[in-house]
Amino acid sequence: MSSVATPAPVPRRRRRTKLHSRQARLAWLLLLPALAAVSFVAIYPLGKTIYESFTNQEFLAGITPTKWVGLHNYRVLFHDTFFRNSVIETVKFTGITVVFEFALGLIIALVVNSSFKGRGLMRAVMLVPWAIPTVVAAKMWQWMLDDTFGVVNDLGVRTHILSHSRAWISDPSTSLASVCAVDIWKTTPFVALLLLAGLQVIPRDLYEAADVDGASKLQQFWRITLPLLRPAILVTLIFRTLDALRVFDVFYVFFGQRPDTQTMAIYNQSTIVGDGHVGYGAAISVAIFLIISLFVVIYVTFMRVTEE
Amino acid sequence: MSTAAEAARARARPASRGVWLRRSPVGRLVKKVPFWLLIAVIFVYALFPFYWAVRSAFTPASELFNTPVQYFPSHPTLANFRDALSTDFFRRALLNSTIVAGSVTLISLLIGSLAAYALGRFRFRGRSAVLYLMLSMTIFPQIAILGALYTMISDFHLYNRLGALILTYLIFTLPFTVWVLTSFMRDLPGDLEEAAYVDGATPIQVFYKVLLPLIAPALVTTGLLAFIAAWNEYLYAVSFIQTPQKYTVPLAITSFVGKSGQAFQVPWGSIMAATVIVTLPLIAATLILQRRILAGLTAGAVKG
Repeated sequence: MSSVATPAPVPRRRRRTKLHSRQARLAWLLLLPALAAVSFVAIYPLGKTIYESFTNQEFLAGITPTKWVGLHNYRVLFHDTFFRNSVIETVKFTGITVVFEFALGLIIALVVNSSFKGRGLMRAVMLVPWAIPTVVAAKMWQWMLDDTFGVVNDLGVRTHILSHSRAWISDPSTSLASVCAVDIWKTTPFVALLLLAGLQVIPRDLYEAADVDGASKLQQFWRITLPLLRPAILVTLIFRTLDALRVFDVFYVFFGQRPDTQTMAIYNQSTIVGDGHVGYGAAISVAIFLIISLFVVIYVTFMRVTEE
Repeated sequence: MSTAAEAARARARPASRGVWLRRSPVGRLVKKVPFWLLIAVIFVYALFPFYWAVRSAFTPASELFNTPVQYFPSHPTLANFRDALSTDFFRRALLNSTIVAGSVTLISLLIGSLAAYALGRFRFRGRSAVLYLMLSMTIFPQIAILGALYTMISDFHLYNRLGALILTYLIFTLPFTVWVLTSFMRDLPGDLEEAAYVDGATPIQVFYKVLLPLIAPALVTTGLLAFIAAWNEYLYAVSFIQTPQKYTVPLAITSFVGKSGQAFQVPWGSIMAATVIVTLPLIAATLILQRRILAGLTAGAVKG
């Protein structure tokens, strides 16, 4: 790979011609609307959130005058058991869904990667769960998991896997599993498609050479497929983890604001919109932002370490 | 001679079962069974929940809330669809979501294609900085700025207006659009552009006469993805919208309640009819999109 000869460094000529500076000016002009929009809807609000997290701002400003409170919000947040529980719940959800989605997604990708009649149809079918809005998917599953008329209970009892119908969503021992089921169903096919794209760039002749050398299919998987798929795997894992950490829709549809099943995003949303505590809510937002960044740093470090 | 016989025996040795499985047609069929079984399982797993929604949408209430559960409606009916479509806020939601998602998509494509032109076809200082900014924006957690947006929206008197959603949805549609369109722009061959410049075209003319038609398939694909993202959004909608007349589709889907006589019973038939109505167009569009991706992007334009 690195045997390609690098061209000798060419001394940079002074070519700051009129044409070039005109080009640059035009480029920035074209970028202006996009940069303005992004600044207005993302960068400015982010700065505003960080500022607000150091104040006691309330949505109904008349009640208490807004003033600078320093780190007070963060001190309170540190001892906030609701927040701590929401972090635990979110991390549990993230761990379960990412592991299942990755494992199932990899199996599906490997199966679909082999050529067979109807592969195109299969790929189309895999896009169906992805295209369904999360809220809609949550509603479909809520009905399937219904305690009296739900198809999951009916199938379970008919096949004698279940001895009796269960209230999957309201029973605290299965509520987390039921939200995970929705997310896994909706996202696994997409994970599979991402991994499939990675599988398809692995050169076929590697496998042919391994066949000639007498390597078993399992050896080929561990020694060829997995190492070469690593970039695709890492990108998939990062995106899935970041997505799972900010989960809101499924939990909100299933449980509303039930305190024992709040995610970080739901606690944050109900603090800001439900209770109107904008300042404290901003501190929660910053904390979520930091937690998510922490995961990114962990992944990137891990990627660097294993690369050496 | 004995060596040849030995070689033949050696060749016959590797488990006759394996050879039988590979050679005979029946054996080949037997070997394929687990594979097709796996395919069938994936197929059913991916489609069953949607099938169940369709089945429930066509099942009359009397059968829907009855055990044992029927796997196919014995008296299919359109009553649930009529119920859903006669619900005022659901009809409004279809219109509202179309307005919001449509506007967000158009704005993103308009602003985004200009930015992608600059990022994909020009060399200038700060180009990669802008690209990194856009990339980091695509994984930006929307929840992180909810509080600031909430106060901004009330300051601009946009609370409970569709404008609030059109504005805030740009956070996730615009950087994504810029990023994807830039990669398409960059991959376009330079000869058509050069030919246009030789003919005396201005950069703006090159943009909308040469490049835009070339990336039209990418615009459709990207636009569709932006549309789906906006159509599905829930967090901002539930935070910034209050009255049923302003509901978007996800809000409406979660707001169905039983009629006055049977308030205790969740109207699952109408809800499932509504879910089928809102997802069918998305599924159809996605299947078309899939073909778009497969189709070569520039092949036709350069050769033709």
